[in-house]
Amino acid sequence: MTGRDLDPTLKRLLGSNEPEIDCDECFAQLDRYVELELRGAPADELVPGLRAHLVGCPACAEEHESLRALLELESVS
Amino acid sequence: MAAPDTNPDVSAVAPVRGIEEWHLDLRAEGVRRDEAVAHLHGLLLRAARFEVFRRRSSSPELSAIELDELAQDAADDAALSVLRRLDDYRGESSFRTWAYKFALLEASVKVRRQAWRDREVTLEPERWENLAHAGPGPNDDTENAELLEAVRDGIRTALTPRQRQVLVAVVLEGVPIDVLGERLDSNRNALYKLLHDARRRLRVHVAAAGFPEVNE
Repeated sequence: MTGRDLDPTLKRLLGSNEPEIDCDECFAQLDRYVELELRGAPADELVPGLRAHLVGCPACAEEHESLRALLELESVS
Repeated sequence: MAAPDTNPDVSAVAPVRGIEEWHLDLRAEGVRRDEAVAHLHGLLLRAARFEVFRRRSSSPELSAIELDELAQDAADDAALSVLRRLDDYRGESSFRTWAYKFALLEASVKVRRQAWRDREVTLEPERWENLAHAGPGPNDDTENAELLEAVRDGIRTALTPRQRQVLVAVVLEGVPIDVLGERLDSNRNALYKLLHDARRRLRVHVAAAGFPEVNE
């Protein structure tokens, strides 16, 4: 959506028109996606639709955030 | 029993180069398998503890011991899932990362359900009327008011009752989708598909009402 600064609630209600994968596919791809992200690889190109799903699904977004945080913590330990 | 560390040290499960092959023993038999399963459980427990303690503010009523029990349950369930789905591992990430996601899933679902255990999920479709409070403020222009009205009208007329129920619960009430799945005897993936379809219908309705940019 362009040209309008929507209220965050309206954004969450309307979602986005971007193609996205579902929760099961997100779970299947999450480990690969996070490792790609942490390597600086183009994760969004290599796993299309996952980023859009994270924007629309708070539960999957939390698990993505946690997996990334855990791996980041281990990488500095 | 000593109180568990409230800030668990996950450094003990830091990756060690060259030992990733241990997971192959999960398919072995006897002592080799037992040792591999014990190692797996240790990794999963660390990940589950990481998640449970990370989200502990959502369940302030739980003691450190109770949080650790939640993590133990999550690790147990995750171990069963990993062992059941070994054939799904295709080597596209390290086995450790692949296994961790099961522990994080189990732990995060348990934390959300715990946080909502005593909270009522009203599931009242009429609650979308509350959207008035989430919309533009007094300084916003007429167009924004019209957009808000188009969204309200779309929720009222373009969605099925089930779509309306899920959209309102997840977006307006903030009910975690796993909690909603438990109350509706459904699951995350099925409810997310309903949510996705509801949003698409809503965008189409709002676009037709004069706001095509919402569907671009």
